[in-house]
Amino acid sequence: MMDELDRNIINRLQLDFPVCDHPFAVVADQLGTSETELISRIERLLDDNYLTRFGPLYDAVKFDGALSLCAMTVPEERFEAVAEKVNAYSQVAHNYQRDHQLNMWFVLATETQDDLDKTLVAIEADTGLPVRNMPKLQEFYVGLYFKV
Amino acid sequence: MLACILRFDSEKTVVKQIELDREIILATQSGLPLVSEPYQQIADQLGVTAELLKARLEAMREDGRIRRIGVVPNHYKLGYTANGMSVWDVPDELIQSLGERVGKQEFVSHCYHRSRFLPDWPYNLFAMVHGHSREEVLEKAEKIATLLGEHCRAHDILFSTRILKKTGIRIGGRR
Repeated sequence: MMDELDRNIINRLQLDFPVCDHPFAVVADQLGTSETELISRIERLLDDNYLTRFGPLYDAVKFDGALSLCAMTVPEERFEAVAEKVNAYSQVAHNYQRDHQLNMWFVLATETQDDLDKTLVAIEADTGLPVRNMPKLQEFYVGLYFKV
Repeated sequence: MLACILRFDSEKTVVKQIELDREIILATQSGLPLVSEPYQQIADQLGVTAELLKARLEAMREDGRIRRIGVVPNHYKLGYTANGMSVWDVPDELIQSLGERVGKQEFVSHCYHRSRFLPDWPYNLFAMVHGHSREEVLEKAEKIATLLGEHCRAHDILFSTRILKKTGIRIGGRR
């Protein structure tokens, strides 16, 4: 279970973590706790899976990589088999089932645009289903702030 | 001649920086060490000074390669179990201002302009909405609808029913 300090830590650390010699000490001070307590709390929150990661969050697109959101309409009876085929591609970073005619939505992440195009063609050939490629044209906001 | 040498030197510096940045990414994309001086520890590991490491992190944060440094909560575990991808058809010429306004809503985690697939997929604005229940997500989507007003020509919301894969995006190591 989480207590108030855990919640304060999660809320505070969704904002920027300082880049300085003793960053945990700085944040601990803001939260009214000690550096060692803060570090052990973060460790526990990670172990208990309340947090999935702690560190710099990189923007893959800024590294000449290619990213795209793709969607497919998969017949219900073939869903599991197609999911297995799609997931087998290391270029597939996330894959979600959604309640819509377009019922499979996945994110492709590759080093180059050429890789991405080839992967799309390969997935289509492998599954025999058309893939809709919906790359972002513009990003308005990305930020996961969940107040707890 | 001198100018030529200087330019050569600065190009070398840039190449070195790119290589160092790549090493920093590889060393930190799975997380920062949970020790009193995390940057010092990574710097030692890479054989550079903590000053240089901190400067490169600041530079990457400045130019957007690092979105932020911090934690990523497991929103499912925190009770945000419902997630709906809300999609909207708005006029292209207004998408800039409308997209920015939708993106500013505190319950929207991602907001993008994407291409339409006509005729059956007229939506060009995507906003991911999170909540503790489907009802809460629908209420929030309703707020987006109100905000878009008459500019919203059609919309839909696609709830996720299952995570099929979630490995995340790894960069820097995919040569």
